[in-house]
Amino acid sequence: MSTTSQQKTEANPTTTERITGSEAVVRCLIAEGVDLLFGYPGGAIMPVYDELYKYKDELHHVLVRHEQGATHAAQGYARASGRVGVAIATSGPGATNLITGVADAMIDSTPMVCITGQVPKDLLGSDAFQECDIIGVSIPVSKWGFQITEASEIPAVFAKAFYVAKSGRPGPVVIDITKNAQFGEFDFSYEPCTNISTYVPRPILKKEKLQEAADLINNAEKPYVLFGQGVILSEAEAELKALVEKAGIPSAWTIMGLSAMDTDHPLNVGMLGMHGNYGPNVMINQCDVMIAIGMRFDDRVTGNLSKFGKQAKVIHIEIDRSEIDKNVKTDVAIHGDAKEAMASLLPLIKEQQHESWLQEFRDCDQKEYEIVIKDECEPTDSTLTMGETIKKLNEVTGGNAIIVTDVGQHQMVACRYAEFRQSKSNITSGGLGTMGFGLPAAIGAKLGAPERDVICVVGDGGIQMTIEELGVILQTDVHVKILLLNNEFLGMVRQWQQLFFDKRYSATEMVNPNFQLIAKAYDIESNKVSERENLSDSLKKMIEHDGAYLLEVMVGKENNVFPMVPAGAAVADIRLE
Amino acid sequence: MSKENFTFAVFSENKAGLLQRVVSGFTRRKINIESLTVSESEVPGIHRYTIVVEGLDEALVKKVCTALEKQVDVQKAFYYRESDIIYREIAMYKVRAESMKEGSPGLAIVDKHHARILSVEEGFTVIQKTGRREATQALFVELEPHGILEFVRSGRIAISRPMKQLKTYLDELALASTH
Repeated sequence: MSTTSQQKTEANPTTTERITGSEAVVRCLIAEGVDLLFGYPGGAIMPVYDELYKYKDELHHVLVRHEQGATHAAQGYARASGRVGVAIATSGPGATNLITGVADAMIDSTPMVCITGQVPKDLLGSDAFQECDIIGVSIPVSKWGFQITEASEIPAVFAKAFYVAKSGRPGPVVIDITKNAQFGEFDFSYEPCTNISTYVPRPILKKEKLQEAADLINNAEKPYVLFGQGVILSEAEAELKALVEKAGIPSAWTIMGLSAMDTDHPLNVGMLGMHGNYGPNVMINQCDVMIAIGMRFDDRVTGNLSKFGKQAKVIHIEIDRSEIDKNVKTDVAIHGDAKEAMASLLPLIKEQQHESWLQEFRDCDQKEYEIVIKDECEPTDSTLTMGETIKKLNEVTGGNAIIVTDVGQHQMVACRYAEFRQSKSNITSGGLGTMGFGLPAAIGAKLGAPERDVICVVGDGGIQMTIEELGVILQTDVHVKILLLNNEFLGMVRQWQQLFFDKRYSATEMVNPNFQLIAKAYDIESNKVSERENLSDSLKKMIEHDGAYLLEVMVGKENNVFPMVPAGAAVADIRLE
Repeated sequence: MSKENFTFAVFSENKAGLLQRVVSGFTRRKINIESLTVSESEVPGIHRYTIVVEGLDEALVKKVCTALEKQVDVQKAFYYRESDIIYREIAMYKVRAESMKEGSPGLAIVDKHHARILSVEEGFTVIQKTGRREATQALFVELEPHGILEFVRSGRIAISRPMKQLKTYLDELALASTH
């Protein structure tokens, strides 16, 4: 990940100044280029909040309504801006409420620094009020963590935290600061961290592996690129485009790789995975060389591993060594940064076209269109569908908006049908599948990319998990557009109940509140649409409105998302209906 | 794939909380740790975790190992088959003083097992035996009928057969970390 945007370090790091730990926390954040953080105050973090008050012109604090919202907002901010997201909370429950977001950021490789207050050092382990061993709790779901018990530790720990969060495969870091360390005074100076002797964020590429990969690609008849978020995180979009264009390789994105390439690029064949496109799934078992770039062969992508691309030679370009050979055995492993690897690979690649191979994908597209897409996106009955809503949204946004989704059917539909013309435009909880992610992540995304339209596509279940964050929109005036696809069900679970549990709809039907009144209570413009003839205009009005907006679209209650690779099935057994 | 016993050697600086992070690499996969020993290595400041796991596939062990090595504060992680290492455990046995009297069967057992009397105290004697698990266990089994008041066995410590030194690995790592 690029560090240039965050290298606004203090002019003279060697001068020292006697300040408190809490002021040092704020000064460290400013030194790392942070100008915005999301949080919620409380007893054990109050000294830092007192400094935030003093430094409010340089460091803007966004008051969330629940600490989980702070982490998802920080994630949305990070993913839209490419910078490190920062969340801050108090000890105990404030800290434990961060954990879902930390776990989400870990599995989705999002650079985030979480700061928590802690009881004074002398009370550690005494079950003091609001005491929780948050470093212990967060260890399995964080990239790194540290408990600061002395003020003087603050600069070095913050420098290391930001370096760890954003370098290599990015991830979340937790810094816990005891209250005595916040009050303590010390001689402050700040120096950014540029390397850690035990940590190799940017592995050295092996030339012979690049040549082996090039030989495989140059001799392939049916090469196939699978790319993920690694392309976005290493800012390798141009290198990816150059590589696949030169070698004429059909390329599919994972859900996390969405927007790394233009949707309508002729070599972009669509989405992999359980609810991905038909061609990208079945061609896994037809290709002769598979080139996986910055992706991790998640089980939602591979289905049954023993029937996943067994005929193919596999090249895996991956920065995280532990992902290589984890799920899919690699023939050529290129352990390194995606941008550097693809740039080095490009001169070794022969110019080629694979027109008949690409045609096989197009034939699959036609089949998928006829069996799935036509009915979903151009329905003939009166009920609105999620698919047609997203298609109409594309017409209004021109594919230039950031699409933030929650988790469930609407997420899969949005990822299938939303169009992208620039990178960092898809923000979704891919790995952890965190319902409640969407609304706060959209708020963070809008604050991270204020010049762009940010649409939060969310279901009636997910929005209620973090609906309190509408308060942030009210208080901070964040111009997020909320597209609520309401089917009055926990739709994805209901779909599984229909398909695999003989329609026993256990606890999936929702009796919902009046979302229009809720929007009104938060002073957010809103509208509700159930008729097709009003859909386009409503979407247009939502986008054009100068402010936050909630558009509730009533969609078919029992519609399903297809295609679908049933859990544990082979990708080749993808169901179209 | 066949199940085997493996010994991990994990090297890191000695930092609070790191043990939990290392152990988490096993517990998250529901792998039971058979024994765990931590001590300073030949390189000052670098600690060595020796972790023994039993009855696992090598494929899984390899994944655990790369995941351990990926931890920011872990320098290197290796795993070894039993044939790749020289290993020992140390066991101590507390028995009543009378079972170790001159000419008693207890003393003969200690001799037979090449164990040694570590300490003779008022009322009890402490015996020490170093060896592989089977050897310390065999002594336990023979002493048991004569009464064992207390028994403790250390985790395994192991020396690897490959000749490449930790220092060389660390130098390579330090170089790569600045890339």
